[in-house]
Amino acid sequence: MKEKSCEKKSLIITIFATLLTAGASMAQEYPGTGAPASWKPPVDDAMIGSFFQVDRSELVMGQGTTGYLWDAQGWIGADYNKFWFKFEGEGDFDSRLEGAELQGLYSHMVSPFFDIQAGIRQDVGPGVKPTTYAVVGLQGLAPYWFEVDSTIFLSDDGDFTARVEAEYDILFTQRLIGQPRVEFNLAAQDVQQLGIGSGLSTVEMGFRLRYEFKREFAPYIGIAWQSAIGNTADFRRFAGEQVSTTSLVAGIRLWF
Amino acid sequence: MFTRRHVLGAASVGTGVLAIEGLMPAWARSGPGSWPPADPHTGAHEFDLNIARTPIMVDGKQGTAVTMNGSVPGPIMRFKEGETVTIRVHNQLDESSSIHWHGILLDYRMDGVPGVSFPGIPAGETFTYRYPLKQSGTYWYHSHSGLQEQLGMYGPIVIDPRDTDPVTYDREHVIVLSDWMFKNPYHVLAKLKKQSDYLNYQQRTLGTFLSDIKKDGFSATWKDRLMWGKMRMSPADIADVTGHIYTYLMNGHGPQDNWTGLFRPGERVRLRIINAATMSYFNFRIPGLRMTVVQADGQNVEPVTIDEFQIGVTETFDVIVTPEEDRAYTIFAESMDRSSYVRGTLAPRLGMSAEVPALREPPLRSMFDMGMDMGGMDMGSTAKKPAMNMGEVDHSKMDHSKMGGMDMGGMDMSGAGPIIARHGPDHHGPGAISVAEVQRNRLGEPGTGLKDVGHKVLVYNDLKALIPYNQTPPEREVELHLTGNMERYMWSFDGKKFSEVNSPVAFKLGERLRLILVNDTMMEHPIHLHGLWMELENGHGEYLPRKHTISVKPGERVSALINVDAPGRWAFHCHLLFHMDMGMFRVVEVSPYEGEIL
Repeated sequence: MKEKSCEKKSLIITIFATLLTAGASMAQEYPGTGAPASWKPPVDDAMIGSFFQVDRSELVMGQGTTGYLWDAQGWIGADYNKFWFKFEGEGDFDSRLEGAELQGLYSHMVSPFFDIQAGIRQDVGPGVKPTTYAVVGLQGLAPYWFEVDSTIFLSDDGDFTARVEAEYDILFTQRLIGQPRVEFNLAAQDVQQLGIGSGLSTVEMGFRLRYEFKREFAPYIGIAWQSAIGNTADFRRFAGEQVSTTSLVAGIRLWF
Repeated sequence: MFTRRHVLGAASVGTGVLAIEGLMPAWARSGPGSWPPADPHTGAHEFDLNIARTPIMVDGKQGTAVTMNGSVPGPIMRFKEGETVTIRVHNQLDESSSIHWHGILLDYRMDGVPGVSFPGIPAGETFTYRYPLKQSGTYWYHSHSGLQEQLGMYGPIVIDPRDTDPVTYDREHVIVLSDWMFKNPYHVLAKLKKQSDYLNYQQRTLGTFLSDIKKDGFSATWKDRLMWGKMRMSPADIADVTGHIYTYLMNGHGPQDNWTGLFRPGERVRLRIINAATMSYFNFRIPGLRMTVVQADGQNVEPVTIDEFQIGVTETFDVIVTPEEDRAYTIFAESMDRSSYVRGTLAPRLGMSAEVPALREPPLRSMFDMGMDMGGMDMGSTAKKPAMNMGEVDHSKMDHSKMGGMDMGGMDMSGAGPIIARHGPDHHGPGAISVAEVQRNRLGEPGTGLKDVGHKVLVYNDLKALIPYNQTPPEREVELHLTGNMERYMWSFDGKKFSEVNSPVAFKLGERLRLILVNDTMMEHPIHLHGLWMELENGHGEYLPRKHTISVKPGERVSALINVDAPGRWAFHCHLLFHMDMGMFRVVEVSPYEGEIL
């Protein structure tokens, strides 16, 4: 027992000494240059950047109703580690905000094209049950230029759901760009309170045509279709809601 | 005679043009140029350079530049080999600054790289550079702090030889090519970090897809698109920063300003061409005149006569032209991606201009640029399997005529150099999107987009030193890979950005080594080593040309011999400014060396 604590002590001392020496040598030289560490390094490749994008902010014109939708995301950080947020929601001009979800994620670069993300999601709004989720996801650029975001959610009630989104850009000209988009929502179990059935619950498909006046600013028009599947469709029928809707959309995509 | 000509010339040009001429240092104005100096003392031994923010005019539009003595480019540093020069640099900016003497051999503490050779010149302070000149030739100088170079902080250096110049000429003009943006370069860099093809308006579209189908058939076009798509790379990715925001400059003049250098018909005119751009390669030609290259990177080379050359960022070429006719000739420098150009004029009188050629079709990258192993590829149904293992054969010995019948996805297989090595298992981590699976010798290739232009284009193999250098074989080899992640706009060596490395690259004073550079990316990178010559191994034995910058082509494996004769810490980096600032930077530490002057 005593011996062990002695060992521990000497180990601690060794670690301490190593840290001190390392600290001292770091104080003298910048690792990449061998020059005095008090000098500002020659290049600034670890700079902190930020990105804010409203991928979709649109009017949704369905059969007899006009709604709105937004889908924004952004990050602050450097190449390998970022804080990432995602904020989306929708509502109806006739009634009110349906619901919104906000995600705050730590995002880490794991491969040339992909980041692994983890964090929390909070759903709010009068039309939804306030729910908190744990989030794990993978976001990036898949082969053949598909922007992909796939996420697994675990709610505070213990329910597992998942979402896969993919977008693709078709350049008609250098500025006129068509963007097909698909989104699949899945669930591991029925979540009756949220009207979600197990298995594939909803599918969304859309095509948006934007014109990039600037890369950062592009108005668009498009068509969006969404449908509930399986039990989810049954839940909707039971609630007297439409199982699938097709809408015209018009909006603005921007980033800075 | 001269006075009358000058007045006549001035009368025939617009007032806007006159306005810019007045803002220029004498050497950069349209005019007669200069003559070979007869006097051994060619100029002052002492200079003062004031760095300040100054409004400038480019093509009639006002911008704000970081200038040296009030102009873009700065004053010419005309030196004589053997003299010791003193240059007092007064930093009148509100930020740190520096000046690096590009290609000049000197004490590392005078090299002017903040954070490496010295701490930089703080705002409001003066730093005195003093060094003896051990060489002659055409060089340049520029800021090495932040992105100041992009804002106009560069100028030419000409060092006249102590002995007789082997190059004879009647008149000379210095031609500094550069790229100017009216925007804040930090904002532009931040945009590239968010969308790396932000400035590329020459991408392939549905329209080019359809026209390619018409030309090459559906199957080949579809395969080609799948191949590029699978790798998430664009063959239209030639330049990160393009003519969309750049105005390309010749001696500080935009294409409308039309810088004009005078000549008398029949004169041998020496043009000292310096690519002082931060992000732009140029294709340089003077329609109607052949050019004889006599110097590259300040070092004399065996004269070689050509019609066009591609000049990498920071490279210099001295050429002799002999315009015989009493007419104007257009000096045409087209950006490598052909998004824009700058032109000037060689003319017997001011106010003249000649036809400006049209921009040629933008080039596309090929599978060779990808360093792709064509041997493993399905080359289409008509290909005979055994013949297709290209990795094992010397490409130069292949029968190209047989390839015409093959379904090559519309690719032109001719003209690429032989495969000389293959990539190892280390793919450099997430900082590198791709590696050159097969690595080629591309020293015989003229550069992106210049393969089929129908006239003689300079290639690196043409460069042969005028006098023999060291023939000692190298004692050891150092291999570095140029790597990048275009999608995230990260640039590095061996997959590690500068901030990720733990130590400098170690060279031993007195050793002779072989530096091997492998370009794993899909773009050209002008790799610059401070303080030491790189003898480009292009097969000329003891006549290897000495370079301060080697432009490494995509998928290329290139090597240089180095006499490690200058102690100290030397910057080693890609000279595309944004690539350097984003991490494609290392320090070479030549030990032992004396520490800094404190």
